[in-house]
Amino acid sequence: MLTRRVIACLDCRDGRVVKGIQFLDLIDAGDPAELAHRHARDGADEIVLLDITATHEGRTTLLETVRRAAKNLFIPFTVGGGIRTAEDAARVFDAGADKISLNSAALADPALIGKIGADFGAQAVVVAIDARRNAGVADTVKSAHVFTHGGRRDTGRTVIEWAREAESRGAGEILLTSMDSDGTRSGFDCELTAAVSTAVSIPVIASGGAGSVAHFAQVFTAGCADAALAASIFHFGISSARELKQQLASQQIPVRFPC
Amino acid sequence: MLTVIDYKAGNLSSVVKAMRHLGAEVAVVDNPAALDRATRIVLPGVGHFAATARLDQVGLTPAIRSAIARGVPFLGICVGMQWLYAGSTEARERPGLGFFPQTVTRFQQSAENSAESSAKKIPHVGWNELEITRSSSLLAGILPGDFAYFTHSWRAPVTDDAVAVTSYIDPFAAAVQRGNVCGVQFHPEKSAEAGLTILRNFLELAAC
Repeated sequence: MLTRRVIACLDCRDGRVVKGIQFLDLIDAGDPAELAHRHARDGADEIVLLDITATHEGRTTLLETVRRAAKNLFIPFTVGGGIRTAEDAARVFDAGADKISLNSAALADPALIGKIGADFGAQAVVVAIDARRNAGVADTVKSAHVFTHGGRRDTGRTVIEWAREAESRGAGEILLTSMDSDGTRSGFDCELTAAVSTAVSIPVIASGGAGSVAHFAQVFTAGCADAALAASIFHFGISSARELKQQLASQQIPVRFPC
Repeated sequence: MLTVIDYKAGNLSSVVKAMRHLGAEVAVVDNPAALDRATRIVLPGVGHFAATARLDQVGLTPAIRSAIARGVPFLGICVGMQWLYAGSTEARERPGLGFFPQTVTRFQQSAENSAESSAKKIPHVGWNELEITRSSSLLAGILPGDFAYFTHSWRAPVTDDAVAVTSYIDPFAAAVQRGNVCGVQFHPEKSAEAGLTILRNFLELAAC
């Protein structure tokens, strides 16, 4: 049976892993290459490295960090942050990434999705969507908006419509981050994740809010997520991916376990 | 020398990295002349089946055919495995090598499935189980239920050449082996310890 993926996320700034609460208050959590390997040994199904400050500081992804993290890493490895052109993407693939994640660059130039996919395959292009609900309206799921620049800029586009466009332009997966839940450890936004996951045929990775095993169980059932991403839950030794998946397996949720 | 064929279909670095990690000396080649010295050949591939057109354009197809006939161990990964078949419905105008006579087809959403909320997504992306269908040198040490990482929308049918089968919507050939010719639909270079075991087995496969 196809299993639900547990993905360890490394949010990086200046070559260090950091994890913020609602994208602010960054705190140092270690060396990205070292943590990538530790998560792989500890049973993570996949590693995502996001250079979270690359966009607004105009820096490109730290290729050296990618190269070190990719070395001897034999599970899928996604890199995002600061990839603005097909050439940027090619350099990140060359450094050892299996997939790249596009966020604001895809919104600015949606044709970039298909352009990178033509050279590296659709499976290698993840479109990351930072979503925030609008509290002032009746249907906060359908009217959730796409944000960019670390959550500071409202694009005015709805999440569902942009996810569908990203799919039609050749995205291989959607990485959906709930800005409302991110860093709170109070659970994923299952309603929003389910709405996006059923609107597209490509896999949807849920992100933002992981704090307990129950949150993962919820997002894999009610949230219809194909994968879920967590960062701080692992970094501080709360739980390894292996422990998490063992508990999910005991609740009959299909995961890669033993691993 | 282990020869990895570069036909401009995606990213080779993960395959090369995994093989070097296992101690192999790796040459990446994009022309048929270099295949004369190959002692083992890996044909990776991600993306569209039509990308295999380049193998014909640069003369690699006859060179691979002749290496296989000499008994050189050959491993096709993902689209590289699919190319071993007669063709794929993904690019009907493109013939494959035809080493296996069947045709690669797309996953079909079943009618009753697509109406439900449990509808299966296409592509098939993620870790899925290998069901071992017969013993093989390629999958030595792999246990039933071991996981491999897949990402694809087309797949080969289950035949006697299948050494492992995976089920997604319906069963398909996850790994095939006939003598020195092997293919895997999943990505062994991204399938953790199980994947490395399979690549190590391939590196130890005797020429025949």
